[in-house]
Amino acid sequence: MGWGLVAPALIWTGAFFVLPFAAMVVLSFAHMEGRTVVQGFDVGNYVRAFTDWTMVKALVNSLEITAIVTVVSLVLAYPLAAIIAFRVPARWQRLALLMAVLPFWTSYVVRSYSWLLVLGQNGVVNKALLGLGLIAEPLEIASTRTATVIGFVHFFVMLLTLTIYANLIQLSPNYMRAAQDLGAGRWQTFRHVVLPLTLPGVVTGAFLTFVLCIGDYITPQILGGNTELTLPQLIMLQLGRSGNFPLASALSVVLMGVVTVAYFLSSKWLRLDRV
Amino acid sequence: MKALAWVYMAAAYVFVFLPVAVLVAFSFQDGRLPVPPFQGFSLKWYEKVLGDGDLMVALGNSLLVAVVSSVVALFLGFLAAHALARVRLPGSVLMRGVLIAPMTVSYLIVALGLLHLFGMVGVKLSLWTVGAGHVVINLPLCFAICFAAMGDQQKAAERAARDLGAAEWQVLLLVSAPMLAAPLAAAFFLSVTFSWDEFIIAFLLTRFDVTLPVEIWSMLRSGLSPATNAVGSLVFLVSVTLVVALELLVFRRAK
Amino acid sequence: MTAGVSVRGVSQRYGAALALDDVSLEIAAGEFVVLLGPSGCGKTTLLNLIGGFAEPTRGQVLIGGKDMAGVAPKARPTTTVFQDYALFPHMTLAENVGFGLRMRGVGKAERGARAEEMLALVGLQGRGARRPHELSGGQRQRVALARALAVSPDVLLLDEPLGALDLKLRRLMQDELKAIQRRVGTTFVHVTHDQEEAMAIADRIVVMNGGKIEDQGPPREVYMRPKSLFSAGFMGEVNRIKVRDGVSVLGMMPVADGVLCIRPEAISETGALRLGPARVRDAAFFGGYVRAHVVPVAAPDTVLVVHLPQGAEVQAGAVLDLGASNYVVL
Repeated sequence: MGWGLVAPALIWTGAFFVLPFAAMVVLSFAHMEGRTVVQGFDVGNYVRAFTDWTMVKALVNSLEITAIVTVVSLVLAYPLAAIIAFRVPARWQRLALLMAVLPFWTSYVVRSYSWLLVLGQNGVVNKALLGLGLIAEPLEIASTRTATVIGFVHFFVMLLTLTIYANLIQLSPNYMRAAQDLGAGRWQTFRHVVLPLTLPGVVTGAFLTFVLCIGDYITPQILGGNTELTLPQLIMLQLGRSGNFPLASALSVVLMGVVTVAYFLSSKWLRLDRV
Repeated sequence: MKALAWVYMAAAYVFVFLPVAVLVAFSFQDGRLPVPPFQGFSLKWYEKVLGDGDLMVALGNSLLVAVVSSVVALFLGFLAAHALARVRLPGSVLMRGVLIAPMTVSYLIVALGLLHLFGMVGVKLSLWTVGAGHVVINLPLCFAICFAAMGDQQKAAERAARDLGAAEWQVLLLVSAPMLAAPLAAAFFLSVTFSWDEFIIAFLLTRFDVTLPVEIWSMLRSGLSPATNAVGSLVFLVSVTLVVALELLVFRRAK
Repeated sequence: MTAGVSVRGVSQRYGAALALDDVSLEIAAGEFVVLLGPSGCGKTTLLNLIGGFAEPTRGQVLIGGKDMAGVAPKARPTTTVFQDYALFPHMTLAENVGFGLRMRGVGKAERGARAEEMLALVGLQGRGARRPHELSGGQRQRVALARALAVSPDVLLLDEPLGALDLKLRRLMQDELKAIQRRVGTTFVHVTHDQEEAMAIADRIVVMNGGKIEDQGPPREVYMRPKSLFSAGFMGEVNRIKVRDGVSVLGMMPVADGVLCIRPEAISETGALRLGPARVRDAAFFGGYVRAHVVPVAAPDTVLVVHLPQGAEVQAGAVLDLGASNYVVL
């Protein structure tokens, strides 16, 4: 009976996730001859992924951007979540949280595009700074890594505010009261009690940020332009321009590998601190 | 210290709302570019967008894919969660892992794998192939939400129903599903949102019947235009209305 | 280390609700005081005011003679044992117990020694390396106590600390709590809604209701000579008989006007205040006594609860001639 109920989901996941992924791994060992795919066992794509400067640069770019985005988003989101959880009166908290993440519900493509309007050469920020006389020439923010990072941070601050708030609100207020009662100041209470207790939630949020950020094509494509390619951009280029499916597959497996490493790193952290 | 907290909060809200505010403001631009200076108020871009047949078709496609794929994902996820929460099958930890796995994989990889597979098998790309991909990404979510919601109370009620002579499908339909109405609804709406907004799978797995994010993407290629602002503002308006309505319903229920 | 607590004319208002209404209370240094009352009576609010987790709307709290207005919890000579214990789950027992000393800048070695000493005090010696989730409820309660006592507070506040334990364990912990209080000599202010627990541990019971103090005194006095109907009812089961101009439903009653309150165990066939004949409706053996419902012949609508001696052989329908050996009129 149990098997009958679990089988449909397993079959679906097997047919449309495990099987395609396996096929992609097989394909990543094929190579191109002209415009045709030649099956075989050829590690050339992987060699290229780790020696071709464009590819290495894309991987490094992706890792750097993702690391910066994850750290900056966490640092910005934690205080916001804490203010909503501890400073805003209980009856206004839901509203405050809803407001803080409202732009979450705009279309993902449109959200990146909106930042283009804000950061572009004729954008709101430049026009305002020029108008105030703070700068003489418009700043080149759009089509740079900075724009990509800002666009990502905007999205993940909202996501992390949600997850961190959910963790903070679950803490029994008596933990904080007990710490203060025993002589801890505000900072000590945070450092020794609140932060360690919310760490599993923070790590989970950070992992989610990592996965979504490193695999995203839209934000770097719209905001970063083609100056500093990320790994997903490179994969899409292989598909579109050269139709090199095997190389795109190999790069995807590399991307998958990075995410897997991140998973094991964070799951280790989780277990270490949950004891 | 207290003042600093409020200042920080205000700054955060400005940061979060800045792009949306700019987006909406310049959707009313009476000019060709959605950037300052503001040249006057006009609704012409909304007229243009609402009269755009391709956009409306894309919108319909998005809704269709979102609803159908979410229903399938929820159905499969609920059944699997029900089975795995109730009986200890051999390898149930492994099965849980397999069902959750797509959550930790980038959508791009899911899309590439499916593109390759459909190519090999000779399946034509269509809204159906997009839907299949969306079920893959939403199934783990639905499964996880349902699994987490199935507590001891749930199991006890199901056992009682069986004890009173209910067949398995009656247990599912009359006891399990109604008891889990709230998490089921949450899983469904989250799935709809994710599918509705998903770009890369929809972009790679369909050729002619595009969804809304893909249509917006092709609008972007022709450069900045207040028309894109208008579409974005409309999508925002609809989503926010939906979210607020849900919030009010849930809130009223909680009270 | 011990100090007295003075609560002077304290009121606490939450919005429209008055949680404490002009409460005054003197607690002597080294005393074990129990605040007893139903939920919402203001006992926890009073405890929070002493601990500094809230400031009174009106009135003063003094500890060791010093006014505590505006003094934060961390600066007060008080510590609290919380109802849910609030043990830090990410720290070992020794780290939990040593937390207060760490916040005071005490070195690691000294902290460790003190933590072990305090764990020994509560009977958990050698378990410092464990973590809270490995412990039973009773053991967690002990750790919370050790943690609060480790910083040598003048006053220890206990917020229903035994509330989460099952009955048997609660009775065991009561005795330990009392013994530990004797040993350390700290002033204990303990909140509970369990009157048996209160009687088992208190030097003085303070009965609270509706934000006011209804009654206070040593357990025996509060039980035997309650000063209000509420106090009489809250401390244990009681039979109430209205008396007016020396007459009650049972006939002539040579006591003052008011409500005659008699505990079930104070009623017997030999009691001095005669209640007249009553028919036994039902009787059940309760171990230490036989509990019976009786209907006085003179008042068929009245039911009295009577505790008869263990050996009493009573059948439904039997008629007993009853009297009360102890009573109060309120």
